[in-house]
Formats: sequence, C-alpha cells, structure tokens
Amino acid sequence: MNREQVEEKVLDIIQEICDDDIIRQEKDINLLDEGLIDSLDYIDMLVQFEEAFDIIMSPSEFTREEMDTPQKIINQVAKRVG
Amino acid sequence: MMNLHLYEGLYFFSYLIVMGIPALIIGIMEKPKIMRYYIALTTVFVIYLVCKGSWIAMGNIALFGVVQIALAKIFMKVVEKYGRVKWHLWAFVVLSIAPLCVYKITDFYLGHGFLGFIGISYMTFKSVQIIIEIYDNLIHEVKFFDVLNFYLFWPTLLSGPIDRSRRFMGDFSGDTGLSRREYLDLFGEGLFKILLGLFYKLVIAATIYQGVYWLGQDPSIKSALIYMYCYGFYLFFDFAGYSNMAIGVSYIFGIKTPENFNKPFISKDIKEFWDRWHITLSHWFRDFIFSRYSMAAIRGKWFSDRVVMSSIGFIINMGIMGVWHGLSISYILYGLYHGLLLALNDVYQKKFKFHKKHKKERWYQILSWFITFNLVMFGFLIFSEHLVELIGK
Repeated sequence: MNREQVEEKVLDIIQEICDDDIIRQEKDINLLDEGLIDSLDYIDMLVQFEEAFDIIMSPSEFTREEMDTPQKIINQVAKRVG
Repeated sequence: MMNLHLYEGLYFFSYLIVMGIPALIIGIMEKPKIMRYYIALTTVFVIYLVCKGSWIAMGNIALFGVVQIALAKIFMKVVEKYGRVKWHLWAFVVLSIAPLCVYKITDFYLGHGFLGFIGISYMTFKSVQIIIEIYDNLIHEVKFFDVLNFYLFWPTLLSGPIDRSRRFMGDFSGDTGLSRREYLDLFGEGLFKILLGLFYKLVIAATIYQGVYWLGQDPSIKSALIYMYCYGFYLFFDFAGYSNMAIGVSYIFGIKTPENFNKPFISKDIKEFWDRWHITLSHWFRDFIFSRYSMAAIRGKWFSDRVVMSSIGFIINMGIMGVWHGLSISYILYGLYHGLLLALNDVYQKKFKFHKKHKKERWYQILSWFITFNLVMFGFLIFSEHLVELIGK
C-alpha cells in the first residue's frame, strides 16, 4: 500500500466517524477542539486503523496532541504501515 | 538512627541540599552519563535512610525491583517467541500486580501489610505499564540498570507523580543530555517548585487543616460541611504541595517528571476534573485500563449502545482506582462514586440537547462549575472516611 492509498483510507475512516467532509479540505483542523470527535470516537478510530492496516495503535503510545488533526493521524498511521 | 521522612523536616531538606549540590555541578558540567550513576547513588542512599538501615526493608524493595525486571525480560522473550497472545498478557499482568495485591489484602485483613514497603503502590503502576507496552511492541529492550532506576527513582518513589518508562528513559539515558543553559533553567524551575510546594504544604495545607481539626468534628450537618470543604482544600494543597516538591527535586537531577495538578477546582465537569486532579494517575488509568477496555468492547461489539459501553467502562475504571487506594469501604465507594459521576456526565452531555444548546453560555458554565465543585468536595468527604464514620454514629 503506498502513501496515497494509506492517506485515502485514513481519511475515509475519519470522515465516517465524524460524519463531516471538512476533514478533507482542512487537514490541520483540530478534531477534538472542534468537537468533531469525542474520546470514544478517538478510540474507535484506533480500532479501525488496527483492523484496516493490520498495525498496533497503542493508546498509551502518543499524547492526544500527537493525534489531533487529520494530517497528524495520517503521519502516525503511515509510519506504522510503511 | 534518625527517622527520615521524605519532603518533611529539616533533616530531609539538609540532605536534599547536600545531594543537590553535586547534581548541580554535574548538570553544569554537562555530564549526563555521570548523572545516571549519581541518581542511582542518591537512590540507594535515600532508601537506606528511609528504611532506617533495615536490611530486610531494603531487601524487600530491591527484590521487588529485581523480580519485576525479570518478569519484563521473560515476557519480552515470550512475546518474541509466541507473538501477541492475550492470555499471556493477562498472566504477566497478574504476576506483576501480585505483590501489591498480597500487600493490600494482608494490610486490610491483618492490619499490617505483608510486603508493605514504601512505594509499592506507585511502583506497581510502573511495572504493569512496562508489561503492557512490551505487548504493544512499544518497548523493545529492558535494560536492568535503567529500568531499576525507573522503578526506584527516589524523588517520586513514595507517591508519584507516575512517570512513563519511555519518557523517563529519554531523560535518564543521557543520550540527549541537557545543555548547561537548559539544565540551569530546569534547576531554577525546580527550586521554585520546591519552594511553592513547601508553601502549599507547610503554610496553606497546615492552616486549612486547623479547620478540619477544630471546626469539623461534631456530628452536625454544619460541622460536616466545614469538614468537607476544609478537607478538600487541605488534600489539594497537601498533595499538590508534595507533587510540586517531587517534580522540583526531579528537575535538579535532570529528570522532567510530569505535572500532577492543574487548577482542579476550576473544572466545569467531572471529566475535566480528572484531567486536572492527580493527572498522572487518571491518565494512567485512561491509557492502560479505560482505553483498552473500550478498544476490546468496540472490536468485540460487546454493546449495541455506545453510551452504555462507556458508562460501564467508567465505573470499572474508577472502581479499580478506588480499590488501588485500599480495600476499605470509603475508598471503594469513592471510586464507584466517581465512576458513576463520569458515566452520568457522559450520558447527560451526549443525550441532552439542553447541554449542547447552552454549554457556551456564561450562566450555564458558572452553574456547571458550582455543581462540579460540590460533587468533587463530596467525593473527598467519602475519601476522608469521615462520611462513613458519620453514618456509623
């Protein structure tokens, strides 16, 4: 899976969870501050990334600040896939 | 031999100055590799003083550390050989918390805890998180000297703050040593925190405690309310004072121990409170219990309703936190009380339009703050064991 495919799939998952396509236009939008996801959605997201990419997303691995925008999330996932 | 209590009395602070000066010199000379051994040396020295030279007490602490490291090393081999097997993880977590369970149970039923050496409660957080992070492939090596220092690092040995191993190792390994400038900034900040902590503990907490002691003992409602508010503030200034000192002393040794309190009494809901009160503890529970429970529940589709799922998660999470404090009825009630509050808060914020409609308005925020503040104070009344005493009268 190349970087574009990973990015596309990550965005699909985020979009489905927050039900808003703004995350595609504004990849630096803060998901938690803007109320697009709550803490349970966040955990749901980790589970979905684990299943979609067969990677480990450990909740103690990163601080929330390292995973609060679509772009940061893409980077974190891509790092594990690649 | 004199009785040394950490962060109390002239005796301790004299030793702190004596131990701090070499740390300052090592920091100024930019010798992080020497600092490692110096930290280890002061840890041995402080544990010797705290144990009043008792070889049995010191042996218990050392044995705990060695056994926990052995567990971590064995578990790493197990994960390498068999991959991530869930019951292997459970087995090693149980082994890791076994000493603490033995202590808590014997302490409760016999009145004196078997294995009750200082720091066992807090060290157990550190050992369990290493086991879980090995399982998550976050930890790839367990270096005996480094991990032992992580468990026993004396400034936070007694009551935290609870550091994370990967963060601690970054500071402790000396690989990314602080420049003289950075170290001196940290040292200055550390001194300030120690003084602030002393002021919190010796001046504010001690003064407020007079209210608890003189005005809060009668079995009347008024007296119980005085007790409740005074005890709540006393607990904050006492514990935040201690935490500030522990963080400040860590800084002197070049270790950036994480913050533990952030103005908890301004919280506008219970969830926010737990992001501001005893932060390292509540985030430990969030990362190692609540999040993992939730991931398993989502993956296994245990519940059709998300709100039910998280409500149960909050109650389990905080219930375990209560039991960790001790097996007495007050502590267990305290944990369940906060679990229930978090669950109710979650249901309310998600299901009631009233909240979404008004949450940005001033009056609503003030009201939310007022309710949260009083719920929190009532929680401390449970925690203090005074409520159970009053009911028993």
